[in-house]
Amino acid sequence: MAVQTPNLEPKGIQGLGKAIKRKEDARFIVGKGNYLDDINLPGMLYMALVHSPYAHAKILNIDTSEALKIPGVKAVITAKDLAAAGLSWIPTLAGDKQMVLADGKVLYQHQEVAAVYAETRQAAADGAAAVQVEYEPLPVVVDPYKATAPDAPVLREDIKDQMSGAHGPRRHPNHIWTWEVGSKDETEKALAQSEVRIKQHMVYPRSHPAPLEPCGCIGDMNKATGRLTVYMTTQAPHAIRTVLSLVTKIPENNIRVISPDIGGGFGNKVPVYPGYVCAIVGSIVLGAPVKWVETRTENLTTTGFARDFHMDIEIGATKDGKVTAMKVYTLADHGAFDAAADPSKYPAGLFSICTGSYDFQKAYAQVEAVYTNKAPGGVAYRCSFRVTEASYLIERSMDVLAHELKMDPAELRLKNFIQPHQFPYPSALGWTYDSGDYEKTLKVALERIGYHELRKEQAEKRARGELMGIGISTFTEIVGAGPSKDFDILGIKMFDGAEIRVHPTGSAIVRAGTRHQGQGHETTWAQIVSEELGLDVDKIIVEEGDTDTAPYGLGTYASRSTPTAGGAMALAARRIREKAKKIAAHLLEVSENDVEWVDKKFQVKGVPGKSVTMNEVAFAAYTNPPPGLEPGLETTYYYDPPNLTFPHGAYVCVVDIDKGTGEVKVRRFVAIDDCGTIINPMIVEGQVHGGLTEGFAMAFMQEIAFDEQGNHLASNFTDYLLPTALETPKWETGHTVTPSPHHPIGAKGVGESPTVGSPAAFVNAVVDALAHLGVRHIDMPITREKVWRVLRSAGIDAF
Amino acid sequence: MEITLKINGSEKKLSVEPRTLLVHAIRDAGLTGTHIGCDSSSCGVCTVVLDGKTAVKSCTMFAVQAEGHEITTIEGMAQGDKLHPLQQAFHDQHGLQCGYCTPGMIMAAHVLLQHNPNPTEEEIRFGLSGNLCRCTGYQNIVKAVQQAAQMLQQPAGAAADD
Repeated sequence: MAVQTPNLEPKGIQGLGKAIKRKEDARFIVGKGNYLDDINLPGMLYMALVHSPYAHAKILNIDTSEALKIPGVKAVITAKDLAAAGLSWIPTLAGDKQMVLADGKVLYQHQEVAAVYAETRQAAADGAAAVQVEYEPLPVVVDPYKATAPDAPVLREDIKDQMSGAHGPRRHPNHIWTWEVGSKDETEKALAQSEVRIKQHMVYPRSHPAPLEPCGCIGDMNKATGRLTVYMTTQAPHAIRTVLSLVTKIPENNIRVISPDIGGGFGNKVPVYPGYVCAIVGSIVLGAPVKWVETRTENLTTTGFARDFHMDIEIGATKDGKVTAMKVYTLADHGAFDAAADPSKYPAGLFSICTGSYDFQKAYAQVEAVYTNKAPGGVAYRCSFRVTEASYLIERSMDVLAHELKMDPAELRLKNFIQPHQFPYPSALGWTYDSGDYEKTLKVALERIGYHELRKEQAEKRARGELMGIGISTFTEIVGAGPSKDFDILGIKMFDGAEIRVHPTGSAIVRAGTRHQGQGHETTWAQIVSEELGLDVDKIIVEEGDTDTAPYGLGTYASRSTPTAGGAMALAARRIREKAKKIAAHLLEVSENDVEWVDKKFQVKGVPGKSVTMNEVAFAAYTNPPPGLEPGLETTYYYDPPNLTFPHGAYVCVVDIDKGTGEVKVRRFVAIDDCGTIINPMIVEGQVHGGLTEGFAMAFMQEIAFDEQGNHLASNFTDYLLPTALETPKWETGHTVTPSPHHPIGAKGVGESPTVGSPAAFVNAVVDALAHLGVRHIDMPITREKVWRVLRSAGIDAF
Repeated sequence: MEITLKINGSEKKLSVEPRTLLVHAIRDAGLTGTHIGCDSSSCGVCTVVLDGKTAVKSCTMFAVQAEGHEITTIEGMAQGDKLHPLQQAFHDQHGLQCGYCTPGMIMAAHVLLQHNPNPTEEEIRFGLSGNLCRCTGYQNIVKAVQQAAQMLQQPAGAAADD
């Protein structure tokens, strides 16, 4: 009887490279997933939050009396109540602090002001609507370029006199930090000597990951045992447990964080949000479980935004198109608190991958972060810490340079790629790229799409007055944070753990400190173990997300699971195999040196008929262990990766533009990815489809915009547009394989490559279609209106 | 107020407020496969089938309005251990990742195939455009609906290998 997947067919031993169907599907396709809002505990209360209508205002008074009269409402708390518990402010991942509930003033529209607890979700909502708050509006800062003007209103009065922060000196009360990398003098000198120079300003607009399941939390304080159980939509349960212990002073052994099935994360479910804290505080104070589930508006207006990088780049090159130097200045709009989710030593994340796939000898980048009256965040939205911004910057800029040089953008890229023999490649901004073959991948993509024929077609169409464009992006990512020498979050090193327990009958449970949200770990981790141990993939259960049982790990985001926990899983399995070999020798009655692992069995060297399977070894580990050997067959491995991994890819996009309406139609999109060794090709392809669609969304639709009063203009799905099946193009995918030389199975991670690499391909295609009209750049999202205006101002007739 | 809803063939007696949305009533009845994603009838993760033939976003209806109607949710699609062809096809074609949109997507596709048993790709994309997915990019969802359409047109028991 197949117990784990009753509806699905058995699979046998299925290792790396096999497109087996997913084990986790079994519960999701019948409606038996267990997401946060599906959990109901006896006596559970519901929480609703009161939000500010103003982007910047003093709070003069909060009157909770009417709310408390509503039947079912149990309590209302404000910052004053939290202050008594020392929880009115909490530390952010970026070394700043943020209000849990508005403390004297609000700093962005929709900021949390009070929390209402009630017996039903309806009563909680009614209670929140009945809380009366008196505000005195203050002048707002919306434009990040005006944040540090001498007369700008001071936003963070709590730190206005602190002229130094977690990342160095501050030059203005609204300035957070300035971070730089590379040699400024040498870069400027190289630029001055360059035959050709281009300069371009571009904005990567504020966006939001908007997973379909909103964020939520159930705090469940058991006063009898002193244990706090927290159910939370979190991509990083162990990190949350540690942070909760530090913030609440509850000993870490008395906190259990359970991250149930997650309905998409994309970085949105990494930080700690005020709603989580209020649900937990409510449970501690009221002695009952408290559930909070965001509304969509709360999700889009208050939880972690992404991007909002305003970038200026200068690139130098020779006349024949060899790049020499790049200089970048970026202004980062961090909103009201610096709650960016980055490794602690990297306030601008891994933005310094901005030299991309090209052999720049000199480079310099500076990023400045400022406060504005917007929600905090700066999460890595399907992206490894600002890699998306960096990749877009360089890939868009290469097209600007090609335009300046009147060179084909593919030819310019081929001329400047880092060559295979240069790996491990030290970049001008300090990274050591592990491996890659950029030329090969681009050539596969160009061949697949029929690039030269398309250029001919474009020339013909242009002659007829039709608009068609071809966009290329040959990006390099940097993922898998990371090696403990450089990477930590609040001091916790970013390695990951895996545990394997092989049972006597040849089945196993494996656990990891990561937490999947659709990536398919229940299948791919089992495949790694099946490959390494020769166990039936159906007999391997994968469990993640419960801090009481899983080994420590920093979670799933930034394409880090396969580079970190995937490595830990392979090495844990190999450690099991080492011990199993001793047991096999005992069973085969030969010395350990005479045993070899062949075809997923232990056999006596050179005697194929004389072998034992891992199933037989597992049984012996519990029934007949060799004398002197510790019985059992289980282990835990913590893997500290020696380097990051550098997936890459070549994307080519073809668009046709309607001259009358400005509508851009993506005719074809070829994505050739190189993520090193592929564990499950079906899952990799699925990840690429999804990532490309989010890249498409950013290029054409998604934007978190504000008006000049700081009103949020994208607070629901009728204003914040996500692509449906109708708009989404059909994707053509493929791959090259350049394994990572340092990863135990050569894998690099893939979940984010398409979101990182594709936006530039879309924008490059649109600009290419309009280049002969003098267009050099259009900022995302490229709406019909923007294109229509470009066409009209260029004097193009609609028909 | 007390109401009786017929969900997946069985009658559930529920106590609701007049303003209780159908999706909340279904979920409070223990059928949590129907999800909530947007509060503005945009995302479709709450899609159920009314009277066997109409796909309804269950956040657009009050629970009291559903009295007297037959409601089918994702939990009512499989026959015992046998998956509905759409469920099988979503699995076979990798038409789901996080799984949050999947129940609504399957219910919307179920009604689509009733009205149009042999849809083109374009018709599937149009027919599902009221349901959002953030993970799959829709491509494998389209393939799953195509596979299910084939399976539903084949005699029972025939394999639908892709």
